Amino acid sequence: MESNSTSPNLAVRKAARPGWALAGERTLEILIHLCGISAILFVLGIFFFVFKEAFPVLGHEKFSLSQFLFSQEWYPTSEVNKRYGVLAMIAGTFSVTALAMVLAVPFGIGGAIYISEFCGAKTKETLKIVVELLAAIPSVVWGFIGLTVMSRLIVKYTGAPVGVNVLNGGIILALMSVPIIVSIGEDALKAVPDSFREAGIALGATRWQLIWRVLLPAAKNGLLAAVLLGVARAVGETMAVLMATGHAVHIPHSLLDSVRTLTANIAAELGEAPVGSDHYRVLFLTGVLLFLITFVVNLAADFMVRGIRKK
Amino acid sequence: MSAPEKHIEVRDLRLNYGPREVIHGISFDVYRNEIFGIIGPAQSGKTSLLRCLNRTIDFTPEARVQGTIRLDGRDVRQDANVYALRRKVGMVAPLPVGLPLSIYDNVAFAPRCAGMTRKSELDVIVEQCLRQAALWDEVKDRLNSLGTKLSGGQQQRLTIARALSHQPEILCLDEFSIAIDPVTTMRIEDVLRTLRQDMTIILVTNLTQQARRLADRTLFLWNGEVVELDRSEVIFSDRPGNRKTYDYVNGIFG
Repeated sequence: MESNSTSPNLAVRKAARPGWALAGERTLEILIHLCGISAILFVLGIFFFVFKEAFPVLGHEKFSLSQFLFSQEWYPTSEVNKRYGVLAMIAGTFSVTALAMVLAVPFGIGGAIYISEFCGAKTKETLKIVVELLAAIPSVVWGFIGLTVMSRLIVKYTGAPVGVNVLNGGIILALMSVPIIVSIGEDALKAVPDSFREAGIALGATRWQLIWRVLLPAAKNGLLAAVLLGVARAVGETMAVLMATGHAVHIPHSLLDSVRTLTANIAAELGEAPVGSDHYRVLFLTGVLLFLITFVVNLAADFMVRGIRKK
Repeated sequence: MSAPEKHIEVRDLRLNYGPREVIHGISFDVYRNEIFGIIGPAQSGKTSLLRCLNRTIDFTPEARVQGTIRLDGRDVRQDANVYALRRKVGMVAPLPVGLPLSIYDNVAFAPRCAGMTRKSELDVIVEQCLRQAALWDEVKDRLNSLGTKLSGGQQQRLTIARALSHQPEILCLDEFSIAIDPVTTMRIEDVLRTLRQDMTIILVTNLTQQARRLADRTLFLWNGEVVELDRSEVIFSDRPGNRKTYDYVNGIFG
């Protein structure tokens, strides 16, 4: 209030900011800086600790890396001949993830297009809330649904001997990925400027032509990110697939075969493996493998996006 | 222009956005192959008027249109094929909107939407339209690079090329020179003088001098009403039919 009458004084006070204010600003700057680079530290840290646990087994005479990667014999607790081959589980992870993506990508992108371009304002709000709710369902609940509801349906309609298999896990993972793809995909489409829509429409494009020829190319980076986050969720998901895929170490030959995924294997066995044993270390090596898989997926995506941009 | 033929007839056009009426029942004709200038301050309904003409107004949910716009005697709102209608009207927006596609695909967009797929035909159209828009020489070596990477003036000429690509009967330019330099503006104005032989041009502009240079007739739209419509010589003379026109054109409006 008083500053109203004494504006010259105010200017003087402004010019002489106290030292602690400057120091505070500097501290904030450093803090923000730390927040920024912490992501790098965490990634490196996680990789370091996981690798540190896994590393000793690599030099072990009874262990061979090629057996680990290319054998499907997983007998970590055998008395006479321990074998650590995770090929079946790699196949399990890939088959379940691939099926989930085949189901989830068209559904998710379609849902995003519907919410962003077709439905009315009211439906839009409702749908967005419901989709977000769907994304928030804990994975163990999904696993429970896979184990009970879905598995019974599968046995009933396909005649499979067991209901927990690739199909079950794939559907459950698809259901889990769709909300993520929808909500991020919708954001990507919403970010396309309306002027693009107007320009397309003014050129005589039908709604579908507009989506196909303008919106999808314009939003492709965001849509790709949506799909990749979906893939990441599917690859990394543990609890739901542990419950829904049957947990059999076996390379699947059909959708109705039970499988075990890399993640489910770690979750199920780490508790029983004595700390420091080969078994324990191989499980950590599996963790490193998962890490590499996601790394490669992300890198590939990065290159794809960059390739698109260059064009 | 001895016996002007009516190309567009607007009768009692009234437009509401919700409860707010922005165009209050206006009527006028646009003749074939003329350059028809529309001047007026912001918020006077110029852009809305254009959007009624190609029915992109349909995408504004709260908009309600009354009255008729006839194109070649046919009511645009009765036209069953709205996509074909929009292709009859080329539209150039104030800020250039390069679609995030290659230069080639930008120009080939409308023909492709209309169902043309033969590469040889598309090639001809793309080159012809880019030449018409005075852009061909600058981009002929990089037709496959992104249209959005061109400079502002080039992008605006790209949107003109794109508006020409569906061989429209009417070309609407909505303050096309707002984001480009004077030299490019002059080049485009020359292009328009050539194009009028093939089509009717509606030029919405904030620059009254531009309307004076180009338009055969000029309509002064103010707050959703026609203040005056006459030959440009009259509108921009010392003695237009309405005092308001004189004030606006000479910058003493208010």
